[in-house]
Amino acid sequence: MAPINFWVLDNFWAHLALFGIAIIAFVLLMVMVFIWFERRAFGPFQLRRGPNRASPWGALQPVADAIKVLLKEDIVPAVADKWVHFIAPIIGFLPVLLIFAVVPFHRGHGLLPDMNIGILYVVAISALGVVGVFMAGWASGNKYSLLGGMRVIAQMVSYEVPLVLSIISVVLVAGTLSMNGIVAAQEVPYFLLMPLGFIIFLIAAMAEINRGPFDLLEADSEIVAGFHIEYSGMKFAMFYLAEYGHALAMSAIAATLFFGGWKGPGDVYLGILWFLLKIFFIFFLLIWARVTFPRLRVDHLMGFGWKFLFPLALANVFIMAAEVIFWGGADGGVPWWVIFVNFPAAIALIYLWSRLFKFGGGRVDVTA
Amino acid sequence: MEPVPSVSLDMELKTEPFVLNMGPQHPSTHGVFRMRVTLDGEVVVGLEPVFGYLHRGIEKLAETRTYTQVIPLTDRLLYLSSMACNHAYVRSVEKLAGIKVPERGEYIRVIIDELMRISSHLMAVGFFLNDLGCSVYTPLLYMYREREKILDMFEMVCGQRLTYNYMRIGGVSNDVPEEFMPILKRFVAEMPHYIDEYEQLLAQNEILLARTKGVGILPRDLAINSSAAGPVLRASGVKWDIRKADPYSVYDRFDFEVPIGEVGDNYDRYRVRIMEMHQSLRILEQAMKQFPAGEANAKVPQFLRPPVGEAYGRVETPQGEMGFYLVSDNSIAPYRMHIRPPALLNLTALRDMVIGWKVADVIATFGSIDIAMGEVDR
Repeated sequence: MAPINFWVLDNFWAHLALFGIAIIAFVLLMVMVFIWFERRAFGPFQLRRGPNRASPWGALQPVADAIKVLLKEDIVPAVADKWVHFIAPIIGFLPVLLIFAVVPFHRGHGLLPDMNIGILYVVAISALGVVGVFMAGWASGNKYSLLGGMRVIAQMVSYEVPLVLSIISVVLVAGTLSMNGIVAAQEVPYFLLMPLGFIIFLIAAMAEINRGPFDLLEADSEIVAGFHIEYSGMKFAMFYLAEYGHALAMSAIAATLFFGGWKGPGDVYLGILWFLLKIFFIFFLLIWARVTFPRLRVDHLMGFGWKFLFPLALANVFIMAAEVIFWGGADGGVPWWVIFVNFPAAIALIYLWSRLFKFGGGRVDVTA
Repeated sequence: MEPVPSVSLDMELKTEPFVLNMGPQHPSTHGVFRMRVTLDGEVVVGLEPVFGYLHRGIEKLAETRTYTQVIPLTDRLLYLSSMACNHAYVRSVEKLAGIKVPERGEYIRVIIDELMRISSHLMAVGFFLNDLGCSVYTPLLYMYREREKILDMFEMVCGQRLTYNYMRIGGVSNDVPEEFMPILKRFVAEMPHYIDEYEQLLAQNEILLARTKGVGILPRDLAINSSAAGPVLRASGVKWDIRKADPYSVYDRFDFEVPIGEVGDNYDRYRVRIMEMHQSLRILEQAMKQFPAGEANAKVPQFLRPPVGEAYGRVETPQGEMGFYLVSDNSIAPYRMHIRPPALLNLTALRDMVIGWKVADVIATFGSIDIAMGEVDR
């Protein structure tokens, strides 16, 4: 089956305009759907119904929220660094949009789906978001937001490592950095081929997007709202957008790397539907973790990242590399039956390591 | 080749501790408590509790009201376990005036007290888990499910759901209605299942264990010296429960245990509350069996004039020993009323419990003490 061909896609400017607008619209729309989906999904988890007043099933709730937040007064604290305070939400949100440039939505379709360093670009760009968050934390001139900003730097730096290592194992097997190439290489979805890599990716992604049990930077029970404590109105909404946009981006990347992206049974035109379905599935996993677990403490977070995820991610890279060398075909890749090796290996490694692993971090001796 | 310039590596960055005001406007200070926390990065090096933002002068107000009119004031102390405060107050008045409560009244009081304890502990555990950062309130909402049933029963006996004003000097405001007992029976039968459900959800959770075990330890000696009470004291391994140590009402007729902890950390305080709920259910079961017929109230004059003298009556509220010291000058109002506040006294050791721990542990430890600002500030 040949990819769909329209004349617009051959014209560079038309292509740029079409996909630029489409991506921005997609992200904004999907963020709204995500917010609605999360709040609806929370309902049954928490023995309640979730939003159900604004239109059937509360579907217009995010719209109502957006209108409310736009009408709010924009407050800038007197001690804030005005320019940094102003620009931080923009810098926080921009990388989210940029990530989608390389995401293949459909068979080979996207803004730059065949960029030969696609996944490297994603890693580089997604790390930029932290700058905006830290700028917000610093510029607000508030101690809570500063604590949130400090936490986010430590968290992002630590969890970037296992995240990248689990991506490396994907790249090793697929033999390409291009997102589209990775999807094309997945005869068997990679979450079956390397379950350990998928689990590590998912946990590190949760930490990377600061949700679920890893939302230390905005820990509402400790540091109130963390980095966005001094933001209101549209600037706050930008952070909100960035948070859900990041969740969307990470779900999209996980769907691309581990679930075979647009691949799925049925007609080729169903590709985008399969992709969306996979995104929603991964987002549901994120919601599930968020609604269930208590928050980690900041030193436990570091310990978990460096002492648990990092060694396991390294082990995963070694296992996959060895399999590619010894069992790999002529064009790289591994045969499908490594599933039977990798699943027991993943279970054994996680079990053994969780026996050995200690959170560590106790009382600090303070001589007051 | 040029020599590589030597770089001095013993460059030191200057750091200094900073003061963070947690509260009075803070989502996890259970009201308007304020902590001046001195932080070295994330580590707590100093803590100074500041309170009084909710001071309403309840002790002074009591001097201008008749003995019966003081009861609604006691509702506003520990507002999540207000019937127990009612009980502590009426017990001191009865001691002062020498009033004997009929047996049925005492049994109703015990049943209500134990239901109150379950409901209060549910809230204590729920908010504690909330403070630990179950950031979207999931466990709390599960606890609300059972608390609703208890509140329905309270509504049945006195028409209120938060400030009950139910206990009266010499008894209770009204006898329990007929349909109360079957509902109570059903509740007692199904509650252990729900408590086990919380256990399943949380007791083996690695994050929860890491966050609570060994954190915020209140050593046994310090617990005694700071005159802590209730689950906070018992979690530190001291077997002290007013229901056993100084049996009031009809508590000496029930067979129940006093659960204690081992080290006095946050986990023990959490566990002691869970186990106390089981014991309360045991008491409720026995009280239902022994529930006598007859009058619930003693004959008490409308304007009670206790003889000149003083009395101290205490009960075991869900938060610990609450006592009312009353002085009478034979008028219709107390000459002086003083409250022994369990939550305030439990709070005094907070600094020693959290020094050296992280910011997140301050909130968790504070939550594990289970206070109500209405009682701390009075």
